[in-house]
Amino acid sequence: MVLHKHTGRRLGLKYSILGILMLWATSVFAAGSWTPLEKDGIHDPESPAVRVLQQPREALSVLPDDTAGNMVHWVRALQEGYINPRTNIMPETKIEVLDLDVIMPETSEMPLVLFPHRQHTEWLDCSNCHDKIFKQKAGETPVNMFAVLQGEYCGQCHGAVSFPLTECKRCHSVPRNKVPR
Amino acid sequence: MKITMKILLGMIATIHQTIQAAVLTVIVALLFVEAPVVQAEYADVILNKRSEREGMRPVIFPHWFHRIRFRCKVCHHELGFEMRAGANDMTMEQITEGKFCGMCHDGEVAWSVENCDLCHSGRRGLESRIVGGHETLGPGAW
Repeated sequence: MVLHKHTGRRLGLKYSILGILMLWATSVFAAGSWTPLEKDGIHDPESPAVRVLQQPREALSVLPDDTAGNMVHWVRALQEGYINPRTNIMPETKIEVLDLDVIMPETSEMPLVLFPHRQHTEWLDCSNCHDKIFKQKAGETPVNMFAVLQGEYCGQCHGAVSFPLTECKRCHSVPRNKVPR
Repeated sequence: MKITMKILLGMIATIHQTIQAAVLTVIVALLFVEAPVVQAEYADVILNKRSEREGMRPVIFPHWFHRIRFRCKVCHHELGFEMRAGANDMTMEQITEGKFCGMCHDGEVAWSVENCDLCHSGRRGLESRIVGGHETLGPGAW
């Protein structure tokens, strides 16, 4: 009888912990999906703007979904024509798109990094990276993951505005034994 | 003697349960207090180098809104915005003259600079930085 009561209490405790963890997971998940501006912690709820500005949910929920960042797969959104953002304001600006993949082989035991120029140059200008962040010649820039995590090199955008550094395999995408030649 | 032991054991059990409940409550409270901290949309930028000092709310720049309409290169190449929150030292005067935000916020491409409150919409006391779900915040990086 005593044993039974004890087990019951233990079981109850286990279930309540499980319940709490599930509640927490839900709240974290909810936090990742488009908070209204007036509740986002940075907009002043008293500001007239929060009633006028477009809400993230309205704009982002109709775009291809993702599991991190804005929960939008921006590259797909552009490629599949969900959005068609302007490439320039000034008519004389030269628009360059480069279709060239670069393999970065010095990745320790991680799969190699494949850097696709095309997806990057559709959004960015060459001068955004060259030669301020990356030298033009492959292998000349001492990129390392510590610096990237500190917001240098790829980390200047990835982890701040483009998909975050939690998505290891999107960059480390080429298995060591399957290097294309 | 036996009764005293029983009472003592009972008391210990009660204290044990109370501590257990208290610890659980604290953990639960912490989880719920912690959860709503980072709620801003990924890559929102707070600009407050001058705003509050000059009596305005900080500016909130939403990357998500702008990148639907413009590619990165428009602002970060044509308009000359550095790709580092806090690295752009612009004044309202420059914007009114058509530089930086003023290139589009001219009443034609986007709302004009007279709509102060639409950009200056942040909570008071915020520091200039980029916010969001995941961020790289190296020491001194911003």
